Amino acid sequence: MGFLNRLDDPFNAEGIILGKVEDLLNWGRARSDWYLSFGLACCAIEFMAVNASHFDLMRFGCIPRPSPRQADFIIISGTVTMKMAERIITLYEQMAEPKYVLSMGSCANSGGPYWEHGYHVLKGIDRVIPVDVYVPGCPPKPEAFLDGIVKLQKKINQQAIFKKRAKLAEEEKIIVND
Amino acid sequence: MLVQEIYDNLKEKFPEAVLEFIGTATGDPSTVVDAGQIYNICKYLRDQDGLEFDYLALLSGMDYKDKFGTVYHLYSLKYKHRFVIKTYLPKEDPSLPSVERIWKTANWHEREAYDMFGIKFENHPNMIRILCPYDWEGYPLRKDYVGQETYHGVRIPV
Amino acid sequence: MERKFIEYDFGRVDSERMRLNVGPQHPSTHGVLRLEIELEGEIVTDVIPHIGYLHRCFEKYCEQMQYPQVIPYIDRLDYIASMNNEWPFVMGVEKMMNIQVPERVEYIRVIFAELNRIANHQIAVATFGMDAGAFTPFLYLFRDREMILNLFEHTSGARLLYNYFWVGGLAHDVPPNFKDTALNIIKTVRATNEEVMRLLMGNKIFVERTVKVGILPADVAINFACSGPVLRGSGVEWDLRKAQPYSIYDRFDFNVCVGSNEIGVIGDSWNRNIVRMNEMEQSCRIIEQAIAQMPNEGDVREKFPKKVRPPKGEIYCSAENPKGELGFYLVADGGNKPFRLKSRPTSFVNLAVLPEICKGYMVADLILILGSIDIVLGEVDR
Ligand code: SF4
Repeated sequence: MGFLNRLDDPFNAEGIILGKVEDLLNWGRARSDWYLSFGLACCAIEFMAVNASHFDLMRFGCIPRPSPRQADFIIISGTVTMKMAERIITLYEQMAEPKYVLSMGSCANSGGPYWEHGYHVLKGIDRVIPVDVYVPGCPPKPEAFLDGIVKLQKKINQQAIFKKRAKLAEEEKIIVND
Repeated sequence: MLVQEIYDNLKEKFPEAVLEFIGTATGDPSTVVDAGQIYNICKYLRDQDGLEFDYLALLSGMDYKDKFGTVYHLYSLKYKHRFVIKTYLPKEDPSLPSVERIWKTANWHEREAYDMFGIKFENHPNMIRILCPYDWEGYPLRKDYVGQETYHGVRIPV
Repeated sequence: MERKFIEYDFGRVDSERMRLNVGPQHPSTHGVLRLEIELEGEIVTDVIPHIGYLHRCFEKYCEQMQYPQVIPYIDRLDYIASMNNEWPFVMGVEKMMNIQVPERVEYIRVIFAELNRIANHQIAVATFGMDAGAFTPFLYLFRDREMILNLFEHTSGARLLYNYFWVGGLAHDVPPNFKDTALNIIKTVRATNEEVMRLLMGNKIFVERTVKVGILPADVAINFACSGPVLRGSGVEWDLRKAQPYSIYDRFDFNVCVGSNEIGVIGDSWNRNIVRMNEMEQSCRIIEQAIAQMPNEGDVREKFPKKVRPPKGEIYCSAENPKGELGFYLVADGGNKPFRLKSRPTSFVNLAVLPEICKGYMVADLILILGSIDIVLGEVDR
């Protein structure tokens, strides 16, 4: 678990611990995931149930943001149609890096029940934007969804952000201030 | 009122336009009328005392393979009776008068029939697609519809 | 943009005409609805709904699937009230094939449909409250809804999309402690409703915001073929359970709730919502009676047909859904797939009235009016 584990074994007294800044940052990022509140179809109702009293998503540090510019990750909860796909691309592009995508339900994963004859259904959101975590189910149970959130946090925890930044700077994708 | 009585009433009023009575062993009986007269017939059905069909429950487009059609399911909230009207339309360039001015609810139903079957409604205030994107090609619910390969650069088929 | 001055009763306002786009991603449109709003200052002058962002080709699918396979797709129309959705379709096929379902099945269907009606109205009231800024009722109502969903899950195996009503019967029998659980749920629902009545419906702020907002006169509602709480909120006593009793609804004693002039005027947002609150109570009454009358023994699968193959013909079968009249126009050609299945989508029809009733109100009221109509986009777009 990176940073926090080191607290168990601090350098004797005075609470000095050695750790990587990266771990500290990742720890903070993973536990304050803000998501874009965004509902598409039936899965969104289960997602609402996850938000409400019984399952309480906020204990994972997930807070809904209505604007993509303030969000860390987006939950694609439901069927994506051709008409909607372009809007989702726009929303995704408006989000600030680093950003993550959680695909909830069979529809977003692969087209789900609308796989075969759905002339107006996008067969999987990964055809238009990259996906980090897939949660299967139609609709996924709230427990399954929470598991997806934990998976996402694990992924964030393991990321080498400084390396990535250096690489991106090399490719001139981002500008690193000195 | 029974469906048969309503049919007789209508036949008396519009001897030319009312074509046929379809009674089936299972399900609802229906009346086929001339598509060109649909506006006048519907207006009569709504305004005539004793009929007063003030509620258009459903308007559906149909593709019968050899012809197109529309189906109107009517209620009367006052008398609690129902009636079903049908029209048949040719395969080429199907169009018929709109009933939007009689029942406002027909507005979206007719747009949907246009979107799905390509049936045009004359005198409709806003005859554009409603469910599919505005630049969609083809009419999806036609029996011979072949889906689009790509839409704005995104592949559709599996 | 043109500038101009408008005279209001509170003075002169400098205003600009503009077009505003709400949605398809907006927290308060309850899904993927896009509204194009024309504003004069803060006053709404025109609204153009753009729908179809969730068009999932339902009717095309029905033509490709066999009759039993259609039921899961029907679940996904109005995904908040799936049990109710399945009913008119199943009833229509049964009528065409001349199947008389057993008594016990009818009772179980009534109980589940009414429980689902409660669950639906809980969501409707909760989200409507949230649109007005009340978060607590949302938490209370969702807590209770979880109980209903648990019962559904025990019975059918799914929390949201059940595939439980089958042609000729039910997929499974009910669990052994079913009656007690259902009665328990009713008790909780009643207690919470009382709380919500005081917390939300009687709340001064809420009343101020919803009373006399979005008034829908009865004749307009009928002309637009509205149904359900939207129509009844306008004072029209039209409930398919009473008007043309299907199944066994003629055996129960319940009232049709309509809007009144008590608080606010007939047909405003508050009245549409109070109809939902009162209907929950009526549903509780129906469930109580149904549980008392329900036969204990019987096989829910005994009338399953070998093959679901309705004879050639057509039928329109409708039932009173929580949101209004849901009907299916089924055209059968004697095969094992429907020739055509056209749904009468309640939300689609109810939403069409929105541009009519929100002209002249503030843009913040528009959100409330939309919430009071209670739409589900899965059903609007199909
Ligand atoms: S995966 Fe299932 S529940 Fe989720 S949006 Fe698709 S059909 Fe609905």
